[in-house]
Amino acid sequence: MSLKTFSRGGVHPPEHKLSAGNAIEVLAPPEIVVIPISQHLGAPSKVIVARGDQVKVGQLIARSEGFVSTNIHSSVSGKVLKVDRFMDSSGYRKMAVQIQVEGDQWVETIDRSDDLVRNTVLTSEDIRKKILDAGIVGLGGATFPSHVKLMVPGGKRAEYLLVNGVECEPYLTSDHALMMERSEELLSGIQILMKGLGVEKAILGIENNKPDAIDKMKKVVEGSAVRVQGLKVKYPQGGEKQLVQALLKREVPSGGLPIDVGVVVFNVGTAYAAYEAVMKNRPLIDRIVSVTGKSMEKPSNFQVRIGTPISLLVEKAGGLPDNTSKVINGGPMMGKALSTLDAPVVKGSSGILLIGDEEARRKEVKPCIRCTKCVNVCPMGLEPYLLMTLSEKGLFERMESEKVMDCIECGSCSYTCPSSRPLLDYIRLGKAEVGKIMRARRAV
Amino acid sequence: MNKFIVSPSPHAYSEESVPRLMYGVIISLLPVLGVSVFYFGIGMIIVTTVSILSCILFEYLIQKYVMKVKPTHLDGSALLTGLLLAFCLPANIPFWIVMIGALAAVGIGKMTFGGLGNNIFNPALVGRVFLFISFPVAMTAWPEPGQWMQYTDALTGATPLGLMKEGLATKTVSEIMPDVPIFLNLFMGKMMGSAGEVSALALLIGMIYMMYRKIISWHIPLTILGTVFIFTGILWLVNPDRFADPLFHLLTGGLMLGAIYMATDYVTSPMTGKGMVIYGVGIGIVTVLIRIFGAYPEGVQFAILIFNGFTPLINKYVKPKRFGKEVANG
Repeated sequence: MSLKTFSRGGVHPPEHKLSAGNAIEVLAPPEIVVIPISQHLGAPSKVIVARGDQVKVGQLIARSEGFVSTNIHSSVSGKVLKVDRFMDSSGYRKMAVQIQVEGDQWVETIDRSDDLVRNTVLTSEDIRKKILDAGIVGLGGATFPSHVKLMVPGGKRAEYLLVNGVECEPYLTSDHALMMERSEELLSGIQILMKGLGVEKAILGIENNKPDAIDKMKKVVEGSAVRVQGLKVKYPQGGEKQLVQALLKREVPSGGLPIDVGVVVFNVGTAYAAYEAVMKNRPLIDRIVSVTGKSMEKPSNFQVRIGTPISLLVEKAGGLPDNTSKVINGGPMMGKALSTLDAPVVKGSSGILLIGDEEARRKEVKPCIRCTKCVNVCPMGLEPYLLMTLSEKGLFERMESEKVMDCIECGSCSYTCPSSRPLLDYIRLGKAEVGKIMRARRAV
Repeated sequence: MNKFIVSPSPHAYSEESVPRLMYGVIISLLPVLGVSVFYFGIGMIIVTTVSILSCILFEYLIQKYVMKVKPTHLDGSALLTGLLLAFCLPANIPFWIVMIGALAAVGIGKMTFGGLGNNIFNPALVGRVFLFISFPVAMTAWPEPGQWMQYTDALTGATPLGLMKEGLATKTVSEIMPDVPIFLNLFMGKMMGSAGEVSALALLIGMIYMMYRKIISWHIPLTILGTVFIFTGILWLVNPDRFADPLFHLLTGGLMLGAIYMATDYVTSPMTGKGMVIYGVGIGIVTVLIRIFGAYPEGVQFAILIFNGFTPLINKYVKPKRFGKEVANG
């Protein structure tokens, strides 16, 4: 039987899952944390603490501002040192709360026991509120506020909840570790999200390179309305539109969202965070991060408090290898290169990847020989070679009609190009320009 | 403090490169080279060596002294052009004519348009057609296979397609066929013709290797061969005295070499599967029209060049299937 996967394009980079199978190691709080107030898509939260305040673990320190926004909590107990701009993973200085850690005092309402809680009497509205209160965002990397996704817009109907356990990025193993070690909690989290959405059916998609996770989750979900589906290993299967197509053969329309075809997608990390929030009253104050790389002494999966400096994680994983030339926040295909190890772990940090010198540099750019590889691998059915040429020439309106806005920036085109052409760089540039044109048109 | 490289994603790259692809094609041509040396001996070695070295030399000289850019003569593409040019020449052709062909191929065919990636027409075919028009006698005297030590003094004769074309003026197909080598010889390559086009078997092995390495897809070669087979098959069924059978058409002339190696040239062929099918069908039809109704016995070279010219048009209007239908007012 051929395994399910998405139909168009895709690549299969070497997997390098070095930290796979390593148990999740819970790290103690560091001495100082820096918690940015914009760790999600949408409006930055509003800070409600000031210098000198004493805070506890799980205490609200910045409140959601507007509909697409969320709450931010202190991940440690201690004293607020500063509310100021700090360098974050984007390389810019952004508003953040710096806290000096003193002890480990938690807010009393948080249930810190390991007891598994299965059933809830809460209504879907209560669930949404708890998820907003706990500051849950999409932990796959997109960091879209989860309570917003749970509100199905008028006229649309959710039929399926799809749970993304694909982890198609090479190197990263945090979702894998979570599925292996927190399986029961994850199932409970999925059931909570189903209830929040009002759907009867859920499918958990896992790529076939994690057979242990597929087996484990299949056992755990037995007797529930959740189904586990193994998928053929192909990047970018974790892309929302690709996952919906792989699991249900439904195509999300151009410019649309999964809800347009009756589906809402959440990452496994998000489902687990939903469990903690709803069943344990525990806000999103930590996450699982893979710290990995070929020269890394001890590739690891850490459960770490938000705001912990990345340098500390690298140290715990055996220190910075001498040949390190690039540090990536996320996976090698879509992650962002960091300029400094001082940046803190945020809600969207799924992994820290260290790359050695020979792999960190780009190769010399050669002319396009029109080999068609970029067209063949594009999961959205676009023509990257053409989009790059149009972008270089500034023909942005033509780029719009060639559907550049459908690009999900998965990087498969740049990955595959035998002439090492920076296809995605130019496509991004074009997308930004087309976005401006579209906004200007709407404003008229 | 460490300084890190910061660049946008992706941060991983495949092992694929232009030289790797080009040398992949060259490796796939080794069986063809072996068979042609087996049949045409020393002549084949001389023609191939001169052709390859001239193409590389002219590419280097033009880039260095005319275009004044960093020469890329060793990226495999000039080598491939030289090899393909040699494969569509008779093995007894004087070496200086080969050099003129190489100059036309690399100079007019490739560098005039700006070098690798910019040319509209397949350079090797430009070289061949240039020689075909300039030296019609030398380009239509085909050595008989099996003369290992003869070069320009080899005994020559007509190709099967030439025999067919001339014979049909006075005779029927069944009267001509005894003069043509049997099908097994046509398949193995024991016939008169340009060096690389004789062995269908070796060419098919090359095609399978290239498809296995994912250097080419099935679209272009199979649609060309299929179109020629169906078109000549219909004509043959209509009147088997006037028209040779489809297998004869598949195994003779430069059709296999053209369909597998010339038409599939990346730069001059379409970018999408659909576009490749249109291109392949067009090449197949024009090839048959020239072979049967035109002045020349062989038409594949002109058919490919014509559709090379259509490629930009095909690329502009034939689009891949986009993901997701459009939302109204999206």
